[in-house]
Amino acid sequence: MVGTATSFAPKPPPSRGQLIALGPLDPRPAAQLHAMPVVFDCEDVEVYYGAFRAVRGVTLRIHEHQITAFIGPSGCGKTTMLRTLNRMHDVIPGARVAGRVSYHGIDLYAPEVSATEVRRRVGMVFQKPNPFPKSIYDNIAFGPRINGIHAKAELDAVVEKSLRSAALWDEVKDRLKHSALGLSGGQQQRLCIARTIAVEPEVVLMDEPCSALDPIATARIEELMRELKSRFTIVIVTHNMQQAARVSDRTAFFTTELDAKRDRRTGTLVEYDATSKIFSAPSDERTENYITGRFG
Amino acid sequence: MMTSVPLDPHDDLARGGALTGGLDLGAKPSWRTTKNALMIAVMAAAVALVAIPLVAVLWSVLAKGAGIAFHAFPDFFTSTIPVISRKAGPGVGPAIVGTALVTGGATLIAVPVGVLGAVYLHEYGGTTTFARLVRFMATVMTGVPSIVMGLFVYLIWTMSFGYSAFGGALALACLMLPVVIGSTEQMLRLVPAPLREAAYALGATRSRTILTIVLPAALPGIISGVLLAIARAAGETAPLMFAVGAATAYNPDLFHEANTALSLQIFGNATSAFPAAQDRAWGAALALVLITFIVTLIARVFTSRLALKR
Amino acid sequence: MQLSELHGHKQYADRAFRGIALGAAGLVLLILGLIAVKMTQRAWPAFGVPFLSSTRWSAPEGVFGALPFLWGTLYTAVIALVLAVPVSLGVALFITQVAPPWLKKPMVYLLDLLAVVPSVVFGLWGVLVLSRHFGLGRSFLTAGVILAVMIIPIITSLAREVIETTPVSDKEAALALGATRWEMICAAVLPHSKGGIVGAVMLGLGRAMGETIAAALVIGSALGQITPNPFASGNSMPAVIANEWGEADEPHKAALIALAVTLFVITIAVNLIATAIVQRSMKRSHGT
Repeated sequence: MVGTATSFAPKPPPSRGQLIALGPLDPRPAAQLHAMPVVFDCEDVEVYYGAFRAVRGVTLRIHEHQITAFIGPSGCGKTTMLRTLNRMHDVIPGARVAGRVSYHGIDLYAPEVSATEVRRRVGMVFQKPNPFPKSIYDNIAFGPRINGIHAKAELDAVVEKSLRSAALWDEVKDRLKHSALGLSGGQQQRLCIARTIAVEPEVVLMDEPCSALDPIATARIEELMRELKSRFTIVIVTHNMQQAARVSDRTAFFTTELDAKRDRRTGTLVEYDATSKIFSAPSDERTENYITGRFG
Repeated sequence: MMTSVPLDPHDDLARGGALTGGLDLGAKPSWRTTKNALMIAVMAAAVALVAIPLVAVLWSVLAKGAGIAFHAFPDFFTSTIPVISRKAGPGVGPAIVGTALVTGGATLIAVPVGVLGAVYLHEYGGTTTFARLVRFMATVMTGVPSIVMGLFVYLIWTMSFGYSAFGGALALACLMLPVVIGSTEQMLRLVPAPLREAAYALGATRSRTILTIVLPAALPGIISGVLLAIARAAGETAPLMFAVGAATAYNPDLFHEANTALSLQIFGNATSAFPAAQDRAWGAALALVLITFIVTLIARVFTSRLALKR
Repeated sequence: MQLSELHGHKQYADRAFRGIALGAAGLVLLILGLIAVKMTQRAWPAFGVPFLSSTRWSAPEGVFGALPFLWGTLYTAVIALVLAVPVSLGVALFITQVAPPWLKKPMVYLLDLLAVVPSVVFGLWGVLVLSRHFGLGRSFLTAGVILAVMIIPIITSLAREVIETTPVSDKEAALALGATRWEMICAAVLPHSKGGIVGAVMLGLGRAMGETIAAALVIGSALGQITPNPFASGNSMPAVIANEWGEADEPHKAALIALAVTLFVITIAVNLIATAIVQRSMKRSHGT
């Protein structure tokens, strides 16, 4: 089913409490992670596509300046859940979000709340890099321009700052006016990240940002994520458990449940805790089975 | 596979067909192969049949038109139309101006309305009943005979406001509108969804996304479609007959006074018994065909640029 | 964070844009509606049983029977189809099944050129070359020939589209059994494309019936003739409107507009049926 667990699964499967070292984890203790301010507070969130319930029972809190990872097998609703945080479901006809998603205490789905305002504060990087068919400069400047910044000096500054933050400046500074489509896949994704942070959001959502990239490009983006953590709050969906273990502070594990009546699978949140705990001593058996690769 | 030496059928047969087991793989003439060749010849003949009228028409236009047009160059394209039609002499200047006015006016009306309408259908309307109804009606509208459009404009404009180039522009705009809507919507469909999503995720409103991302991305295709619609509109006669009138002098005014157009001149002069008038018809035909071909060529350039970008 | 910070400020401009676009789309409905209403209104006095059944059309007497023009329109369209369909099919099959790749492009260009030439120019050629030079005179036949030349590009391009949706596996199956090219066409391409080709032909029919100018120039403008003789002069609905409008008085005009309305209804009906047929056949083929 899900391909990644097989790439991780060693032979023989480790026993409970003993896992192969997954790389440097966040040294901050779990208690400290809990103490940081809450950005998103989700209560019993469900997402419907028409009559089909794609995700149910999601209750979790996203804390400031942390990297939170959503992991789980395909179809478990992690991307669906991610998209509730910046109201991207609005553009899909027939999609409906139930439950409460609050952003700094405000109900994100209240009628007075404007989706475009939300998205200015909660940015998103997509799975496949999607630069506009414009120049590198114009890609980055798009966000600031729609927020009223038109002075050339200001725009130049914003473009340089964003590209530096995305570790792309040195590679493209001489060809800012060239088409963004001429960059490699990894560069395009870093461009998309730069484009997203150019509007200075508070939160950056990332939907499997590295799945279309080679390992070296992936490593660079992971490094970028760690640097950006200090300025932004990051929520990342990934099907690569090692990645989650490498970069995230907290991890949420989703899985699918079979709805016997309708023979459809609904995604649901199983466990959400500090990454160190999830990968060393998960509370739920399903989490453990997934982590250790006992189910694919 | 087994032998490294290519198999020569003659060698093989000489050796008694030992390698191929005595099979004869040569072509055998039969009724079937003859029939095949015959039908293919018939198809090729059809192609030739299509080329003949095209070549014949273009030849006539070129030969006869060039005769009068360049005989008194550039007078033909600039001087006014003789009022008494049996008089010899050029030109069709006013008709060129008239065609330009009418086609230009129609474009200015039909393109914004058509593009915006297609934007609504694709970006907002989707599969709602209203959108489906409009799409359906636009298809119906492409089939309306041009003479019906002409009479319609007569009823709503010419009767109240008299002959003018604007009436002609209105009629042509009605003909162009469904074509522009159809081709624009097709181009909008080709813009990939991730592009829109990226803009939304940055906090852009629907309208801004459409204006700054979607339309620019679809632009070459839209322009190509518009140019083709213009080429067709420039050649229309029937819609203009009831709206534009039959002026012989220059009339650069869009809204007042009768005007004329190349297509009207051709129509009017074609049935004339006077050779001078007929010559003018050929000359006007040459001018019209040249304009149409050039516009179509430019449209093709845009289509190929669109293909290159991908 | 205050709730007011999340209010939409740009919403009015956004909604206004949507409204304008909606209005533009609605204009299509408005125009079509106006056409139907205004023209029927004006034509009303001329409509009546004699309009559609009488064969006498005499302006000075105020008698308007449209039958000869209905006949003319139909007859010339049929002649055009008889001439155009085999040629179109042959060309479409040649381009898609027989022509080598280097030949395809120029051929498509050729067809596009043919489609772009304005109908007046064809009419001019018809009147001054075909009917004079080649002595065909102005008749149903001449009109049919010109119409045929004009609808060939339409039928061909649509037929080509449908033919190209033939599944490659069907064609390969025929060839693998040792069929010749023509046999493969008969076995795989034609059965699959039948419906779409019929639709294409009907669209060509619609176009031929509505074509005014070329027909007006060469059909001969004779009144009252309902004859199957292709060499006779006749008249068609659009042609008579074009030729008689200039000097028509009010009741005459009403009758001409009534003709236009009839033409409108017929061509719309034909086009609708044709589009439905083509869409259905495309859908079926894409579903396989």
